[in-house]
Order: sequence, then structure tokens, then C-alpha cells
Amino acid sequence: MNWFDQIHHIGPAFALLLGAGVVMGADLVRPGRAPVLALTLLTLLVGFAWAVWQVVAGTSGPAVAGAVVVDEFALFFTFLLIGVTAAVVIATVEGLSREEPRPEFFALLLTSAGSMVLLAQAQDLIAIFVFLETTSVSQFVLAGIARDDRSSEAGLKYLLSGAIAAAVLLYGFAFLFGLSGTTSLDGIATFVGSNSQGTELALILGFVLVAAGLGFKMSIAPFQAWVPDVYEGAPTTVTSFLSVASKAAGFAVALRLFYTGLGGSETFISENWAALFAVLAGASMTFGNAAAILQTNVKRLLAYSSIAQAGNVAVGLAAVAASGAAGPSAVLFFLATYAATNLGAFFCVIVVSERIGSERLADYAGLLKRSPAVAVVLLLCLLSLTGIPPTAGFLAKLYVFNSAVQTGIDWMVVLVAVAVLNSAISAFYYLRWARTMVLDDPVDETPFRASAPVQGLLGLAAFGVLYFGLWPSPLLQAAQRAAANLL
Amino acid sequence: MLSVFLLLPLVGALTVLTLPRDSEGNARWVALFYSVLTFIMSIAIFIRFDPDNPGYQFVDRFEWIQGGDTGFTVQYALGVDGLSAPLVLLTGLLSLAAVLVSWNIDLRPKQYFAWLLVLETAVAGVFLSLDLVQFFFFWELELLPMYMLISIWGSGRPRYSAMKFLLFTMGGSAFMLVGFLVLGLTAGTFDIAVLATEAGRPTDAVIPLSIVFWLVMAAFLVKLPVIPVHTWLPDAHTDAPTAVSVMLAGVLLKMGGYGILRIALPIMPDQARDFGVILAIIAAASIIWGAILTLQQRDLKRLVAYSSVSHMGYVLLGVSALGAVGLSGAALQMFTHGTITGLLFIVVGLIYDRTHTRQISDMSGLLHRMPILGVVMIVAGLASLGLPALSGFVAEFTVFAGTIQAHPAATIFGVFGVVLAAGYILWAVQRVFTGPPDERWSGLTDAEEWWEYAAMAAMLIFIIGVGVYPRLLTDVVESGVEPIALLVQAAV
Repeated sequence: MNWFDQIHHIGPAFALLLGAGVVMGADLVRPGRAPVLALTLLTLLVGFAWAVWQVVAGTSGPAVAGAVVVDEFALFFTFLLIGVTAAVVIATVEGLSREEPRPEFFALLLTSAGSMVLLAQAQDLIAIFVFLETTSVSQFVLAGIARDDRSSEAGLKYLLSGAIAAAVLLYGFAFLFGLSGTTSLDGIATFVGSNSQGTELALILGFVLVAAGLGFKMSIAPFQAWVPDVYEGAPTTVTSFLSVASKAAGFAVALRLFYTGLGGSETFISENWAALFAVLAGASMTFGNAAAILQTNVKRLLAYSSIAQAGNVAVGLAAVAASGAAGPSAVLFFLATYAATNLGAFFCVIVVSERIGSERLADYAGLLKRSPAVAVVLLLCLLSLTGIPPTAGFLAKLYVFNSAVQTGIDWMVVLVAVAVLNSAISAFYYLRWARTMVLDDPVDETPFRASAPVQGLLGLAAFGVLYFGLWPSPLLQAAQRAAANLL
Repeated sequence: MLSVFLLLPLVGALTVLTLPRDSEGNARWVALFYSVLTFIMSIAIFIRFDPDNPGYQFVDRFEWIQGGDTGFTVQYALGVDGLSAPLVLLTGLLSLAAVLVSWNIDLRPKQYFAWLLVLETAVAGVFLSLDLVQFFFFWELELLPMYMLISIWGSGRPRYSAMKFLLFTMGGSAFMLVGFLVLGLTAGTFDIAVLATEAGRPTDAVIPLSIVFWLVMAAFLVKLPVIPVHTWLPDAHTDAPTAVSVMLAGVLLKMGGYGILRIALPIMPDQARDFGVILAIIAAASIIWGAILTLQQRDLKRLVAYSSVSHMGYVLLGVSALGAVGLSGAALQMFTHGTITGLLFIVVGLIYDRTHTRQISDMSGLLHRMPILGVVMIVAGLASLGLPALSGFVAEFTVFAGTIQAHPAATIFGVFGVVLAAGYILWAVQRVFTGPPDERWSGLTDAEEWWEYAAMAAMLIFIIGVGVYPRLLTDVVESGVEPIALLVQAAV
């Protein structure tokens, strides 16, 4: 394999990281908002094109000394992450309008996205750790970038809890490496599968620590304490990025590590981690929903809702351990539809808070009268988050719960019952929000609308939510191919 | 054909939404156009349905979600049999009536009629679905329109009632979903027609099938509703606008009974047999307790709402006997209760439009002021208490004939419920319509608008028609319940 082949295997991420540098440099040559934005989007386009090239050329297999791999699973996340990042970049047209152009903002977004793409490709503990830290550090700065008190507090909180999570994760990695003598996931899988006699306890300790460290990224309880403050304090564009991209990357790593790294679903360990994630899933959903009911600030509400939604994904993760057939594809399908849904909701929040300067739930009163387009998109996204047809969220939840029942384990059925009841509880606060928009009389009747690019994004989100809700087969098949690759 | 019937109201809803803002008042005409069209289609489906031909007719199906090797293949499959054909007709009829009685809605008419039409599609989807997941899809789709209709256009405490309705229904359907997933995965298909055969139904599952049975029944019993999960119903009814009450009592409650007949019994006949006695006890309790609650009501609309609890108890009672006659009775009761209670809500709504009160004690001698409304109310009331020659009698008699051998005690309680029904209906009629005319109401007018007559006439035709010539309905219904009864009796 020559040097170009190596680079070609990490092409999309390479483009994004290189682009980050170019964006920073360009600002020195020609300061201004437009060139930075254009360059960022160009970078993302190049990354996207490179990923398409990988698909067309049939690129696959390991590279860079086995640290990363190109497979359909990685490509699925590459497309998802680049798409999400592009949407967030475009949304900044609305979101950061009152501030001076920030090349570092875009550079950091690209760095973070690039590292997450690599993360989805990583096949080696060291690579995983390095990419995870690169993306995390970028996000710490992004959360604190607004230079006001709330944002700084968010950045610092994120940094501190992130540092602890990284330490715990590394400690877990140390156990895995110490036992198996290798950092490669395949090697660890072989070890777990063959001669793990007498090391079960240490292995379990290792993977519990790893789960805790990744739980932070995935924002599942009890590792969720940072979420509400960071989500509320960070600029909303950053929040939307964290809630979708960062979470997706977290679940991608979790799937790789636990599924590939711990030897699939046949080993003694798989039932243990199925049980572990089942408990975490139940805790996340119940805690997230209970807390969300009490919120009066929409960003905090969405923060708790995202904890609850992470619980739904974790149900799929638990299912992965036990059966294999539908679990991973259910997780991928959920993450993709959740991306469209949650980005749509956050973009609506951005528009509203830019126009009326408020994040209070009560100030959404009469949104349908003031800004029908935004209200309708937000309504669709809220329905999708609740899981009411004909939206994508309905099928995504159904698919995840189906994968859990499919394991044929009785307590999984109980977990699903907990999960569905939680969906019913979540209807209370999602639909209360919807009702405020549709039903209540606005205090101030001035109509407003989103800027054209964001309007386009909102339209896209609404289209996605409905399209995947009514015609899920193409995405489902893509998710299945990606998941099949993981086996 | 069925797809057109299903999607027509939805197209209507979209059409209504595209109306320009300054011609919002035309929304009702568009809604009327589409609901008349849908009603005509529902009649056509009912007439062209061939009772001698077993199995589903007019089937439309294709693979909706290609699950590949993950075992999650979902079909879009529509079809009618003798069980669903009357309910299709009922949906068409009551949706038309609902549009008619909404003629004077002037608060956001576009939205109102759009939600009403979406509701029609959702309910029709439930009655037509031949796939468990698709059934669940439509079952949940109905929530949002109902929630919006009650909370925006309701009166009293609409937000509270709408949320209560929503949470009760979603809570019930949460359990149902778990049950469906277990059934579907155990049997390897979500196709109801396959699941409801001796060869196709699951015999063993991850969790005991008896639990699955109750998981699935949970949603249906909440929807029906039975004691003690009925508390959402009076609130929702009382606070809903008239048209929504008509839809709720007329067709939405039937989704529960239909689910039991279409899904719970044929797929899990053994469990149904095991728990037949419990179902009979729940049914008897609902009938009697519902009737006692009804007797205590002082609000005319609440009274009709509580009487629904009692009357839907007959559906469950008919089911609990698990024989062909009882099941026919249950299916008939669903249709007749839909028309009778629908009509009662229409009349109560029209009276309220005039008096602006629903307190029974405030009204007296209304028959002098509004003879037509009074007579219609009395006819509907008599039908409701089961007077022969009106449709309620046919259904209730069939229920009792079917259950007397299987559950004599519960049946006797049920018959006693009819006595109580006579009590609360006649007493209410006496207090409201007879007696000395009250000066307060001297300025009231009788029904005089064409849409008021049309709505009432449409319902009366079916109430009297089925009462005089029950075979209109019974042939079709029997062809529908026959296979279910065979399945249940074959189970040991």
C-alpha cells in the first residue's frame, strides 16, 4: 500500500482537517465572514466527494497500520457526520449573526467533524482515544466560544467532566490492553473469544469503565450531568452539533468497541453488557423524561429530551449484544432519523431566539400565527421526537424496540415496555410545547420568518422527517448494509 | 378502492389547508364535499361487499418496509371483511355528520376541518389495516387530531381533558406495541390474516402468551373503555366540541372493540378462552357501574358520555362468551351504538347551541320550544335503551342470547343494565323535555338549518332501518365473525 492509498483510506477526514487549517489561514489573508463560510462549505463538499469516491472505487479494508478501516459502517457515519456539520455551518447564518465572524469557530467545527469521521473508522484503542480527545477538545472550545458568562461556564463544565470521562475511558483501555496485550480491536476480540479463562472479572471491570467513559459522549444516565448546563450555555448552533453529531460518534465507537472488540454476541461477556446497557437505557429515559417535564427553557428541555432519546438508542445497543440481527441497523437508523429531527428542532429554536430573543417555552405562544413555516417544522420535529406517525421518529423507535424484542430475552421485553411507557410520558412535554405554539395567543403578534438558507434547512429537515417516516426502506437498507459490515 | 377511501379525507385535509386566508369560510364546503364523497364510497364498499365470500375483499397490498433479513417486514395491506365493512360504513356516516354539525365553527375553520378529515383517515386506517404495525401506525395517527380538536375547539377544561385523553391512550397503546412486537417476532410476520390462523399464530413466546394477551388488551380496554380505565372518556366528551364527541363516541370507541375482535381473539384464542370469565366480569361491572354513574349525572352531555361506558360494556360482554352469536351481538352493538350515541350527541350539541347550558336542572319543558329536536332525542333515547324496532334492541338482544349460556350471572347483570338504561334515559327526557315550559327558554328556536336536519336524518335512517330490517347488517356481520368464532372454538 503506497502513501497515497493510505491517505485515500482516510480521505474525507483528511480533507476536513486540512480544510480547518486552510480556513484559519484564509482569515489572515482575507478577513471576513463570506470567504470563511464559503471555504468551510467547500471543505465539507470535498470531504463528501471523497467519501463518494471511496464508495465508487469500492475502497475498503484497513489502513495506517491497522489503526483505521474503511467499511460501510464507517462510510455511513462519514456521510451522516458531514451532512450534519454542513447543516450546522449553514445554520450559523442565523445563529451567530450578531457577532463578528469567527474563523476559529468554523475551523474547530471542521476539526471536530474530521476527528469524528476518523473515530467511526478507528479500529484500535489508541486511535480511538486520540480521535476522541481531538474531537472533544474542539468541542470544549466551541461550547465556550460565545465569550459570555453562560457560554464560558458551559465550556469549562464540559471540559472538566470531559476530562474525567477521558481518564475513566483510558483506565478501561488500560485493562483491555493489559489483559490482551494488544490495542487492536480484532486482537482483543480474539482474546475474549479464546483464552479469557480466569480473566473474566478484569475484563468486565475494563468494559464497565469503557462504557462509563463513552456514556459521557453518548449522554446516557448516569453520565449525563453535564448535558443540561452545557446545552443551555453553549451557542445553540454548537448545541445542535453536540446533540446530534457528537452523540452519533459516541454510539459509533460504542458499537465498534463492544460489538467488534468484545467478540460479537457469542462470548460470555455479551450478555453482561447487554444487561449493563439495558439498565443505563432505562435510567436515561426515565430520568431524562422526568426532568424534561419540569423545564421552562426550551434548550434545557431539549437537553433532557436528548438524554431520554439517548436512552432509546441504548435500548438498541443492548439489543446488539444479545441478537445481532436487527440491533446495529436499528441504532444506525435511529441516529440518522434523530439527526434530521433534532437538527430541525434546534434550528427552529435558533430562529426563534434570534428573532424574539428568548428561549423561554412560554414565549413560543402563538408561533403558528407569527411564523407558520417555523411552527409547522417544529411541530413535525416534536411529533417525531415523541414517536407519533407519520414521522420518522415513530418508525425509528419501533425499529429499535423491535430489535430488542427480537433478542428473545424476557427482560428485554420488560425494557421495551419501560421504553414505550416513557414515550407516552414524553408526549406530555413535547405536545405541551406543540400546544403552546398552536393554541396560545401570542403576546406580540409581529410576524417573522427565517432567513432563506435556514428556511431551506428547515424544509429539508421536515422533508426528512416525513420521508423516512413514510418511506423508510432506502435508509433502512443502507443501515442494514452498514451494520452487516460490523459483524 | 380501499386506498382511495382511506386517502380521500387526507386529500381533503390538504385541500382545505391550501385555501387562501380570506376564503377560510369555504373550508366547510370543501370538507363537506370530501366527506360526502367518502360517505358514498363507504356505501359502495358496503353494498359491493359479498357476505358469501369468506376472507378479505378489495385487498390492496404491497411491501411497505423491506426488512431484509432482520425480520421486520411490514406490509401496507388493506381489506374488508364482514367485521370491518359495517365499521367502514359507520366511519363514512359519522364523519359526514361531524362535518355537518360543525357548520357554524368560525374559530380557525381551516385548521378545524383539516384535523377532522385527518381524523377520518386515521380511524378508517385502523378498520382497514391487515398488518399489525400498520394498524398501530393508524392507531397512533388518530391521537394528534383528537388532541388538537379537543384542546383548541373544546370548552370547559379542554387542555386538561385533551392531555388526559392522550396520556391514557398512549399508555394503553404502549403495552399494545410490546404485545404486537412479541407476537410479530414469534410468528415471523405481522400479517393479521396469517397470524389469525391455527398454523400461523404463535404458540409460545419470549414472555408467556397470557401476558401478551393482556398487553394487547390493555390498549383496547382503555379505548373501549371499561371500568376502571374509563375516566378519560367523560372528561374528553364533555369538553370536546359536538362533532368530536360524535366521532369519539361513534367511531373511536369502536376501535377498541374492533381490536379485540380482529386481533386479540383470533390470534390468541387460547388465552381469550382462559380469561373469558374475567372479561365477562369486567363487562358486567362496566355495564352496571357505568349505568349507576350515568344516573347521577346532572350535565346532559356527561350523561350521554357515561351511558357510553355502560353500552360499550355490552360489546365486551358479547365478546366474553366467545361464541358466534355473542360476537355478532358485539359487532352489531358497535355499529348501533355508533349511530345512536352519535345522534344523541348531535341533539345534545344542538340543544346546547341554543340554551348555552347543559345542566339538566336548568331545562324544563323544552319539547314545547323545540318539538323536532325533542322527538329525535326521544327516538334516539328509546333506541339507546333497547326498544324493539329500533337498532339498539337487535344488538343487545343478540348479545344476551349469545352470552346467557356461557356467563349466566354476567348476563343477568347486563339485562339489569338495560333496566337502569331505561331509568336514566327516560328520567333525563322527562326532566329536559316535559314539564311546564320555562319562561327562560321562550325565545328558543327548533332545528331549522338544513345541515341540522341532514345530520339527524342520516343517523335516524340507519337507526330505524336496522331496527326494522336487521338483516341489512346481520348477514354481513355474521360472515365476519363466523371465522373468528370457529378459531376460538377450535382452541382448547
